[in-house]
Amino acid sequence: MIPIPAINLGSILPALILCAAGLVVLAVGLFVRRGAVTVAALISLVGIVLAFMTNSPLRALNAEAFSGLVAADSFCWFLNILILIAVGLTVLISAKYLADEGMALPEYFVLLLFCAAGMMFMVSGNHILVIFIGLETLSISVYVLAGIHPAIPRSQESALKYLLLGAFSSGLFLYGAALLYGSAGSLALPALAKYFQAGSTSLMAKAGMGLLLIGFGFKVAAVPFHMWTPDVYEGAPTPITAFMSVGVKAAAFAAFVRVFFDSLAALQVNWSQILWVLALVTMILGNLAALVQDNIKRMLAYSSIAHAGYILVGMVAGHTEGTSALLYYLLAYTFTNMGAFGVVALVGRKGEANNMIDDYRGLAKLHPLLAVTMAIFLFSLAGVPPTAGFVGKFTIFSAAVKEGYVGLVIVGVLTSAISVYYYFRVVMKMYMEAPATEPQALHFGPAVVVGLLIAAVGVLYIGIFPITYLDLAAKSVMPLF
Amino acid sequence: METLMFYILSVVTVGSAVFVVLLRRPVYNVLFMILTMIGLAGFFILLRAEFVAMVQLIVYAGAIMVLFLFVIMLLNIDQIRPPVQARDIRWWAGALIAFALFGLILVVIKGIVLPAMETAVVAGQSNTELVAKELFTTYLLPFEIASVLLLAAIIGTVVLIRKQS
Repeated sequence: MIPIPAINLGSILPALILCAAGLVVLAVGLFVRRGAVTVAALISLVGIVLAFMTNSPLRALNAEAFSGLVAADSFCWFLNILILIAVGLTVLISAKYLADEGMALPEYFVLLLFCAAGMMFMVSGNHILVIFIGLETLSISVYVLAGIHPAIPRSQESALKYLLLGAFSSGLFLYGAALLYGSAGSLALPALAKYFQAGSTSLMAKAGMGLLLIGFGFKVAAVPFHMWTPDVYEGAPTPITAFMSVGVKAAAFAAFVRVFFDSLAALQVNWSQILWVLALVTMILGNLAALVQDNIKRMLAYSSIAHAGYILVGMVAGHTEGTSALLYYLLAYTFTNMGAFGVVALVGRKGEANNMIDDYRGLAKLHPLLAVTMAIFLFSLAGVPPTAGFVGKFTIFSAAVKEGYVGLVIVGVLTSAISVYYYFRVVMKMYMEAPATEPQALHFGPAVVVGLLIAAVGVLYIGIFPITYLDLAAKSVMPLF
Repeated sequence: METLMFYILSVVTVGSAVFVVLLRRPVYNVLFMILTMIGLAGFFILLRAEFVAMVQLIVYAGAIMVLFLFVIMLLNIDQIRPPVQARDIRWWAGALIAFALFGLILVVIKGIVLPAMETAVVAGQSNTELVAKELFTTYLLPFEIASVLLLAAIIGTVVLIRKQS
C-alpha cells in the first residue's frame, strides 16, 4: 500500500472555486447563444464572491497543506483578497469593452478565472515547483488574453512579444531553480531556508538566486527587464492591460517576497544590494520615459514600471515594516490602477480608438463625474493626500529611511515629483482645455460604473482611514519572519 | 565503459546542438535537434533515470520535433532563406553578452561541489515506479494544477485559431 498524504482542500478552496467557475462558464458558453458575455460575466462574479467568502478562514489557519507544498497563511489570505479585487474589477470593466468591440467570447472569462487561480497557487506556494506551475498557469492565460482581440494586429503582436520574452524569462527562472536544487537538494522553501541558515553559500546557489531574481524581475516589469511592458500594455485589450498591471504584478511580487524573505533570508546582504540598484534605475527610467508619451495606455505602462520601482524600495527596506508597507502599497495600487484603466476602457472606442492623452481634452465639461473619478485615480498614482497612493508611498519611504536607505528615498521622492507632471498633464487636459469639436457620446454600462465606483471609494477610504489596513498588512507578513 | 559512453554521447549531443544553430535549412536544424534530444536521453540512461530518458524520447524527440517537421513541410518554410544578417554593432554586442554569460556559467559550473544525495536507485524498484509514487502522493497538487494549465492552453489555442475564420 502506498500511504496517501492528507488532502486539505480547504487550504486551496478559493482557487478551486475559481477553477470550477471557469469550467461552468466554459460549459454554459457552449449552449447560450445570445448574451453569452453577460451570462459569463455574471457566473464569474458569483465565483469571485464565493471565493472571497471561502478565503477568510485561511487567515487564521496558518498551516501547511499537501505535504508542505502549500502554505495557507495570512500572507496568502491578504494576496488572495488583492487578486479577487483585481479580477472582480476586471470582469466589471470588461463587459462594456467586449460589447463595444463586438467580441462575443465567453472564453475570455474562463481564461481570466484560470489566470486568477494560477495567481492564488503562486502566492500560496511553499515550494518552488508550485510557484512555477502557478506562474505558468497565469502566464499562458495572459499571453492568450493579450492577443484575444480578433481585429487588431497590434493585439496579436503584443501577445507574441509577451510569449517569446515570457518563455525566455521562465527558462531563466527554471535554470535558477535547478541550480538551487543542485546546491540544497530540495526546492521546498523551508528546506532552502534551513540550507542557507546553516551558512553554506556556494557560488552555484548564488547564481541560482540571481536567475530567480531575473525571472521575477521580468514579471514585475523592473528595469532592465521591462522592455516588453510598453508594447504589450499598449497592444493588449484595455481591461487585460489593467489586470496585467495589477494582478500579475501583485502575484509576482508576493512570490518574490515569499521566496526571498522566507528561504533566501540568509543571503539578504547579497540580494538587497541588487534590488537597491534595480529600484533606483526602475524609478528613474519609468518616470522619465512616461513624461514623453502621447498614448495614455503607454503612459500608464511606464507609470506602472515606475511603481514597480517604489515597491522594490519596500523590498530593499525589508523586515516587517518594509514588507507590510509593500503589501499596503499593492492594495492601494490595485484600486488606483484598476480605476485609471477602467476610465481608459470607458473613454476608449471600438478598435482601441480614443486612447491618446489629447482625447481627454474637455472631459470635465462633457462628463464632470467621470473627470472627477479619473482625477482621483491620477492624484493617487502621483501620491497626493488624502488618497491611498500617498499613504502607500509615505509608509514605504519611511520604512526605507528607518533602515538607512536615505539616498534611495531621495531619488524616490524626486522621481515622484517628476511623475506629478505627466499625471497632472491629463488632469489639465480634462479641466483646462476645450473639448474636441464633435464629441461623441460615451456609452456608460452599469457594470463599468459600479466597478469605477468601487475603485474610487476604495482609493479614498483606505487613504483616509489607513490605520486598519496598515495593521492588516503588518499582521499578514508575520508568517514570513 | 561508462566514461567512454559519456564522451561519445557528449560529442554527439554538443556537436549536433552546434549544427542546429549553424545550418541554414530548417529541416536540417530540426533533424539535428532530434539527435540532440536522443543524446540527452542517453545521458539520462547513464544516470539510471530511465523514466526521464523515455519521456525525453517519446515527448521531445518523438512528438514535439515531429510537429516541428510537420509545420516546416506544410508551410514550405524550407524555401524561404533567412537573409544573412549584417554584422553591425548590435551583432557584436549580442555576441559579447552571450560569451560573457557563457563565461559566467563556466565559472559557476567549475566551482560546483555537489552535495552527497541519497541515491535514487532502490533495489527491486524501477525508476518509473518511484516517480509515479512521488507524483501521486507528495507532488499531487502541482500535478493537478498542471491540468488547469493545460486546459487554459487548449482553450487559448482554440480561441486564437477560431477567430481567424
